[in-house]
Order: sequence, then structure tokens, then C-alpha cells
Amino acid sequence: MAEHTGLNLTLRVWRQENRHAQGRFETYEVKNISTEASFLEMMDILNEQLINEGKQPVAFDHDCREGICGMCSLFINGRAHGPDDDITTCQLHMRKFHDGQTITIEPWRSGGFPIIRDLMVDRSAYDKIMQAGGFVSVSTGGVPDANAIPIPKADADEAMDAAACIGCGACAATCKNGSAMLFVSAKVSQLALLPQGRAEAAKRAKAMVAKMDELGFGNCTNTGACELECPKSVSIAHIARLNREFLKANIKD
Amino acid sequence: MATLDSKIPEGDLKDKWTNYKEHQHLVNPANKRKIDIIVVGTGLAGGAAAASLAEMGFKVKAFCYQDSPRRAHSIAAQGGINAAKNYPNDGDSVYRLFYDTIKGGDYRAREANVYRLAEVSNSIIDQCVAQGVPFAREYGGLLANRSFGGALVSRTFYARGQTGQQLLLGAYSALSRQIGLGNVEMHSRTEMMDLVMIDGRCRGIVTRDLLTGEIKSHFAHCVILATGGYGNVYFLSTNAMGSNGSAAMKAYRKGAYFANPCMVQIHPTCIPQHGDYQSKLTLMSESLRNDGRIWVPKKKEDAEKLRKGLITANDIPDEDRDFYLENRYPAFGNLVPRDVASRNAKERCDAGYGVNSTGNAVFLDFSYAIKRLGKDVVEQRYGNLFQMYQKITDQDPYEVPMMIYPAIHYTMGGIWVDYELSTTIPGLFAAGEANFSDHGANRLGASALMQGLADGYFVLPYTVQEYLADQFNVKRINPAENEAFQKAEKEVKEYINKLMSINGKNSVDHYHKELGKIMWNNVGMARTKESLETAIKEIKALREEFWKNVRIPGKADELNVELEKANRVADFLELGELIARDALHRNESCGGHFREESQEEGEAKRDDENFMYVGAWEYKGYNQEPELHKEPLNYQFIKVQKRNYKTGK
Repeated sequence: MAEHTGLNLTLRVWRQENRHAQGRFETYEVKNISTEASFLEMMDILNEQLINEGKQPVAFDHDCREGICGMCSLFINGRAHGPDDDITTCQLHMRKFHDGQTITIEPWRSGGFPIIRDLMVDRSAYDKIMQAGGFVSVSTGGVPDANAIPIPKADADEAMDAAACIGCGACAATCKNGSAMLFVSAKVSQLALLPQGRAEAAKRAKAMVAKMDELGFGNCTNTGACELECPKSVSIAHIARLNREFLKANIKD
Repeated sequence: MATLDSKIPEGDLKDKWTNYKEHQHLVNPANKRKIDIIVVGTGLAGGAAAASLAEMGFKVKAFCYQDSPRRAHSIAAQGGINAAKNYPNDGDSVYRLFYDTIKGGDYRAREANVYRLAEVSNSIIDQCVAQGVPFAREYGGLLANRSFGGALVSRTFYARGQTGQQLLLGAYSALSRQIGLGNVEMHSRTEMMDLVMIDGRCRGIVTRDLLTGEIKSHFAHCVILATGGYGNVYFLSTNAMGSNGSAAMKAYRKGAYFANPCMVQIHPTCIPQHGDYQSKLTLMSESLRNDGRIWVPKKKEDAEKLRKGLITANDIPDEDRDFYLENRYPAFGNLVPRDVASRNAKERCDAGYGVNSTGNAVFLDFSYAIKRLGKDVVEQRYGNLFQMYQKITDQDPYEVPMMIYPAIHYTMGGIWVDYELSTTIPGLFAAGEANFSDHGANRLGASALMQGLADGYFVLPYTVQEYLADQFNVKRINPAENEAFQKAEKEVKEYINKLMSINGKNSVDHYHKELGKIMWNNVGMARTKESLETAIKEIKALREEFWKNVRIPGKADELNVELEKANRVADFLELGELIARDALHRNESCGGHFREESQEEGEAKRDDENFMYVGAWEYKGYNQEPELHKEPLNYQFIKVQKRNYKTGK
């Protein structure tokens, strides 16, 4: 069994009443945090402490706490989803920190994601991009047998790599340009790789990119930061595919 | 007393659904535009229903508490989805899927519903593939299958260990398309606070905007609840933190019966608890039982050494390992149904053979599979699950066996519905995990996704239409000018004020954790008359204490996470008691419900003579005993047998 150790930590947490209010860092101390606890369990302990002191708990988004719903976020010591690779904040454990450490906790900071309160941001822009074209236009019923169209395993696997995106927003939040290209490309690429999605591939690429631009996300300059911080390791190769689809669509016009 | 009419159509089992569809009433396209439908919850069932109904031309309003419909907890389902395609040519059929589901549910589910579920299962796979769901494929390009607990065929379709995610994103994409087209009005970060009844029918809901605290009313010709299960009554479960039973409880208080609340699934393969501060338990997919072998030491002294950390699993030779599932259930081995696997794990740990520091864990060992298949194959099949395990426990399952223990995972019980998925309130439907209908006393693996999508894509679009066929003349109501809506809004505001004004000294989580302990210790894997009576008494006392002493900081008319939690925990404090009451009255063991008084040679003993019915509870007022109604289960098409996972014949 792993050793349980109690950590005493100093937390610098971003507090902000609402979108328009002035934000600031507040400093809190938490004591005897088990290294076996998850990062968000540590946040629960902080909030319990604040409630008992009659203070406002820190607002942060989270739900499944197993790394799949995409609801948790946070910049922890300057990194999206904290100091570990290929995980979400809810999967981060306190064994990644040491006793006496100061941890700085901030919300996603990106033009596309306005702050709601404290560490909670509004990511509805991602939904709007999906509504613009992140689907295959089929209605329920009247579809062919699932095995009617064989799909090479390699294509299906690559489509799955892209489809693993959880829509958390780490890519845009990490990007110095605030670009949502990794998110958009994941969906465009998944559906472009599958015969079911080919029919609308051009239209989809154009519609989703247009919506992304309209919502104020920045341009991609291929820094690759998004790929590094993506908790699901979605590759920037999908951005290349998106660019191809987008170019093809515009040449056709 | 209302009678429970399950409205099962006439005819042979195989013809019922076809007959229903051929004779049901329809709404003409022009009239569909005049009809509003509210869908609460946007997981597999709700998302699929909202999308499908909007495609048909109805005006849909959908609601979810998350910031996006893509986050619903269906997303966390790992292993797969069942369908009777029989692609592997291993003897599967609609009948066999139906039979396995009824048997797996320990003969406590309705035949006609389950048959329909098996019947539409194939259409679900077709639909999802058409949406671009990247299911696993063989090298020939056709779909791959794997096997799951409680079945002797490979009928489970999967997308790595993220099947729920991919299916939900499929439904979400269909929903997004309809939102973009203006056919669905989506309200995220919004919680349903009550139903609105007009002339005995459900005509809308009252909601709270979770960002602003605004209380608002919404009219519809009918309402669908697809709000998931209530496993979080136990505080620690594999559910998401926000998963709750509040919509179901609000419906229950308005007259919807609550069926089989005691039927709760305890999943055998979860990561064991590690501390008091723990917020949730993480499931390791059942698919792991395909290749992982479950064992504990044969010798107690080895177990003791393991607990003290003096030896590791790898120090125990094969002959000293007790592969108790393979030994006790040779026909199904490690792939026995969940309830059987869970109870056996508990039995071994209680007997002193548990393997982690708390003594509450058994091994799930992949070393044999790695020897047989090679590390690469194991990694391909389960890589992401292994990674997840390692991130949480800091142990490498390629090197040492996983440690697992059962945890609350799924609720078979839920709002009572008839064949049409209509509750006892006209105009109120319930779908997916929120209803009770298809899994009896135990759900088989890979069947939750199947049921959610069946209800949403292929059942509700028909049955809701039957209800609406004479509703198009009902004019849309403006809630601001309607007495019933105004009254409901006022009651919700008063309820919230009551919560806010308690101003006590303990946090909401304090009460939730206390409730969880009472539930797990007394209404958990093994239940007795005494434990259940204790639970009822303790929950009542805790509920009283909650209403006197809970502390909710902040204000009602703003983002207030503690208020959200308080509303949910207040409902759990009543639901917990209802679960215990149902468990107390059901003096038999069936599926996930195990009464220690009712066993035979250590196995659960059903009592078909006295308990072959659905127990549906009617609300009679706060702190009043609810009234039990029974829907008898008549098995006309299959022979009711003792579940046997031992001999294979």
C-alpha cells in the first residue's frame, strides 16, 4: 500500500464575485491533507472549512470526478488540470504535491470562457460550435444496418482517438491565442474519417470554423500547447486534417 | 386505491410492440408544432428523447443541471452496450437477450417491457453507427463484440472503455443539431424544483436557474423525466457528484408512485475506499472480468500479512489462491452477474480474507491474461482503465493485481411506469434509470446504455404521441397568467426560504455523509429486519436534525452550490427512508436486494409465492407512512426458475 502522508499547504485561490467584478487572490491554509486524497477532495475540505468559518465556499465546476464528463477545469500552478499528464483535475491526486507547498489555483482564462464566479467559467461557446455542425444529419430511424458499411479498423481507431475529447476547454485555455482549434478539429476529424460523416464533411468544417471565429476564439499558430495539456491526448494531427477539410471546402466554392 | 394498470398490449410476446405501434394514435405534422414537450435530464434517455421528438416536429424544452448536456453521467459508462445482433454467430437472438435480462433481474421485471427492450436493441446500434459513433471494429471493418456478466454470448458493442461517452456524444450531437435548428430550447445549469399539475395532468415544471437563483415556470403538454438514478443517497457511489433523486421525489410527492426503491445495484469492481474525506468511488468496468481473475488468499495468515503490507499478491503461489467465483460458479466463473459477484466479495472479506489495509478488498488479477495474450493485447483492451486505476491508486495493474470492492452503482428501482413509460400522473413520463421498468432486481452489465437509448430513441417517440393525440387542442398556457403555475412558484420560493432560514451549524455534506453511513451499514449489501428498522429510525432523526441545524451560506438569488446540495440532500433524507421501508417489507432475497433472513446454502433465496410483484409506493404526506400498491408479475412466456450460474444447463 502507498504511504499516507499528511500535507500542510498554502492555497492561493482566485476569488471573483461575478463576471464583471474585480477578482483577486485569497490565501488559505489547509492542514493534514492525505496524499491519497484527490485534488478536488482537498478543495472539498477547504470549502467545509470556509463554511464552518461562516465564509463563502469557493465555486468550482466538477461532476463525475472520474475524468470523463469534462466539467472540471482549473489552472493549478500554471498548468491546465495541474501538474500531471493525461488527466483531468478531478483525477489529480495530492501525492503530486509536497508538504509546505504553495498551490496557486486559477480559473480557465480565455476570451471564449467568461468567468461566472471564482473558478467557474462559462463554456457554452463549445456547445454553440457543436450546434453549428458537430453532427451527422441523421434523424432517428430509417438508417442502414450497422454492419452495412465496413470501416477499416485504423480509421475507426483514429476516429475514436479524436472522439475521446471531453470538451473541457483546456486546449483553448492553454493556447496563447485562445484558439479552440483542437476542440473543433477533434469533431471535424472524427466525422471526416468515417463514411457516415463524409457527406457533410465540407459543410461541417466551414460551419464550425465560422462559429468558432464568431465567438471570439483566436487563430491557431501551431504552438502545440493544446495537445500537451489535453487530458485525453487529442493530437494536433487532427488540426491538420481540419485545415485540409476547410481548404478543400473553400476550393470547392 | 388506484390500481396499477401496466397497459401491456394483447398478443404474443413477439407481436406486442408491433401491434402497439400499428394501432396507436398519431399526431399530424401541423399539430405537432402546436405541442410543447418538456424533457428533464439530457443523458442517454433524455438527450435521445429530446432529439427524436424534436426531429418529429414537436417543440421541445430540455433541462439539465450541468453546464452542457454533454456532461450527463451516462458519459461515465465504460464497458459497452448490449444488442441481439448475433454478429459473432454464437447463438444470440432477441429472445435470448430478453431471457438473460429477465433471469439476470431475478424474475422481478415485466416480461413485455423487457422483450421490447431486446427487440429494439439492434436499431440502437444501427442508429449510433449512423451518427458516427466510433465503435470498436475488427480488421475486416465490421463491428467487434465482447462478453459481459450474466451472458454466455458476446453481444456487447463497445468504444474502448468509453462506450457511454461515445453514445452520449452521439445523442448530444443529435440534440445539438435540433437546438441549432431551433426545435429544442435548451436550459442548462437549471434544476427542476417542482411539477405543475392542472386538472389532474402534469402541465409543466418550476425551475431554479443555478447561476442566478431565478425561479421560473415552463408550460408543456407533457413532461418527461429522464433524471437518472438515486445512488447518491448512499453518499459514496460511482455516480457523479450532482446526480440526485430530487426530480423523482418531487414527482413522488405529486402522486407518481415510486417502484422497488430497495433495488439498488452494488457493483463488484470499484476501487476501494481510502479515507473519510472521500467524495466518490470509481468504477472499474465489468469488462475487466473478461480477462481478470478474482481471488483472495486461501490462508487467513496470508491475508493478514497482505493487510499489514508484509507481502504482496505476487508472493502468494497459485495453489494458495482462492479463485472463489470460478470455484463456486463454474459455468459463469468470473462473469457471474453483479449482485452475485458483490455478495461473494463481501462474504470473503467478512470471513477475514480481505487484502488491503482495511480488509475490504479482493484481487482482480491480470497476470494470467498477460501470460496468455501478451501485455500488448491486454493494453489494447483495457489500457485506459489501467491508466485510470494507476492515477488513482499509484499502483501498476500490469505488475500487481488490482484491488477492488463493491460500491453503489445503479438503481433498478425508480418511478413506476406502465408499458408506455407513463407514470401514475397523466402527462408525466419517466425514462432511463429514472424509471424502474426493465432490470428487475438486478441489472446486467451493458444494459443501462441499451435501456436509456431504447426509451429515448425508440419507445417514447411512439408512446408520448399516443398520449398527445388528443392534446393538440389544449392551448399553450402562459405561466404568468395561470394560478396553478403561480401557486407552484410561490411554494418553491417558500421552500427555498425555509432552507435558507435554518442558519444552523452543520454543512450540507455533514448530513449527506451521515445519511450515507446509515444507508451503507443498514441498507447495503446485506439487510436484516433489525438493520432496516434501525435505518428508518436513524434517518428520521437525522432528517429532523437537518431541518433544524443545516447551514447554507450565501443567498437564494445567486449562484449557491450549498443551496443546490441542500435541496438534493433534503430529498435524499426522505428517499433513504423509503428505500429502507421497501427493503423491510420485501422479506425475500432477490437480485441486489439481499435479506439475511432469506437464504439457502449461502445463496439468495427468492420467495415467488409472496413477492412476485412490483412494489409501488404512494406518498401520503411528510412523515406519514406511504401506501404500498402491488403490480403482480405474470410470467406467461418464460418459465420462472431459480437462477443458476453453476452448471451451465
